[in-house]
Amino acid sequence: MKYAYYPGCSLHSTSREYDISTKAVCQALEIELDEIPGWICCGASSGHMTSELLALALPVKNLVLAREMALDTAVACAACYSRLKVANKVMRSNGDARVAYVDKTVGSTYRGEAKVKHLLEVVIDEYGLAALRDKVRRPLAGLRIAAYYGCLLVRPPEVTQFDDPEDPTTMERLISALGAEPIDWPYKTECCGGSLALTRTHIVAKLCHDILQMAADEGAECIMVACPLCQSSLDLRQAQVNRQYKTDFHMPVLYFTQLIGLALDVGNKELGLSRLIVSPDSLLRAKALI
Amino acid sequence: MSLQLPLGESGTSFLREVERQSGQHLARCYQCGKCSAGCPIAFEMDYPPHQIIRGAQMGMRDLVLTSRTIWLCAACETCSTRCPQDVDPAGVMDALRRIAYTEGIRSPERDVPLFHRLFLGSVRQFGRVFEVGMIAFYNLFSGHLTKDLIMAPKLLLKGKLSVLPPSRRHARGVKEMFARAEALEGELK
Repeated sequence: MKYAYYPGCSLHSTSREYDISTKAVCQALEIELDEIPGWICCGASSGHMTSELLALALPVKNLVLAREMALDTAVACAACYSRLKVANKVMRSNGDARVAYVDKTVGSTYRGEAKVKHLLEVVIDEYGLAALRDKVRRPLAGLRIAAYYGCLLVRPPEVTQFDDPEDPTTMERLISALGAEPIDWPYKTECCGGSLALTRTHIVAKLCHDILQMAADEGAECIMVACPLCQSSLDLRQAQVNRQYKTDFHMPVLYFTQLIGLALDVGNKELGLSRLIVSPDSLLRAKALI
Repeated sequence: MSLQLPLGESGTSFLREVERQSGQHLARCYQCGKCSAGCPIAFEMDYPPHQIIRGAQMGMRDLVLTSRTIWLCAACETCSTRCPQDVDPAGVMDALRRIAYTEGIRSPERDVPLFHRLFLGSVRQFGRVFEVGMIAFYNLFSGHLTKDLIMAPKLLLKGKLSVLPPSRRHARGVKEMFARAEALEGELK
């Protein structure tokens, strides 16, 4: 298995541990990741909120590079994933006036040829949970995990076609395959407010407070995420949540790749666990996982 | 919300522009309010999403484009996923923001468009986002000089922030692409 890998900006800065653990896990599973040479930012929220053409041209520029590699594209960030898939949907459509303008902006002709998959889809659908289960060397026994999907993996469903947008269960199946226990909770697709992280941080703190509270109330010991923006909101801003709401959360927020890596026993250094702000060490030690 | 129809042609032309940019037929919205019921940010907005859609239907350009709502919408897509009339309110918010942004319409939520300007400025210059630079400019221009400064040492220690910008080689052709997008966007209208 081989993919064109699109890490996106966050994985090269605030979420390096997602990049590191992705590479470590894919290596252990013999999934080859070829980073798209010369990839650029997908434009994120700022692109689609301010410019009709940049919203599409920035992702399309990357998809044109991926097409040259003749490989399916594996994306780690749920927000990048959404932008790349929106671009593909528009560029594949007939009669959308924007298509010709995007082509002119990018300087190439693109009709959605590059297939885009989130890393979760690569691992769960293409590698397969049965095959993954066979590779588990250290089941995450007794670890109660809240699967948090956030927004852009599942919404809008006609773009991402990922899972049920109101009650997805893909990550819960992964958690079970790793030998851990997925909790049943209603906030798995609530928004963390990621696009307002810098500008209206008190809103992010409110949304994250509700998510953390619900996860804690339902008995979660940690949260599993598949998006660097969700992770930053819940982990980086947890201290602010505690200050703003006089709470005392100590809820580790781990990437799904880190949890897979723990179960595969690929080595803690390779998983970037020490880069998380809310340390998972005492929890993982209590479960004899490190 | 005062539902006073604007006089003259401007109301309809505004509605048409929003419909073109968003690809939505706004007459389909029958104001059930489901978008507002599920909106995670509604508690902070001056007008809940369904009122913004109503305002657009009625051509209330000023009210809609100067609202806080259009900049507070986090684009979580909950409304668009649930709309029983197959309207895409998040897409309408995008269209409204773009019109307000392009025309430089002042909003009480000025920090949010400032952030977008600096974010895209970083992408234009480096091809990728240079977070330290962007945050420094954001704090400077927004006047929130010390915002998030308390987190800086920890982030640096954890290797989560790079004080050096990304290599310029990723930016090849990006400035030109931005320039073409800007020039062509006028033609799309």
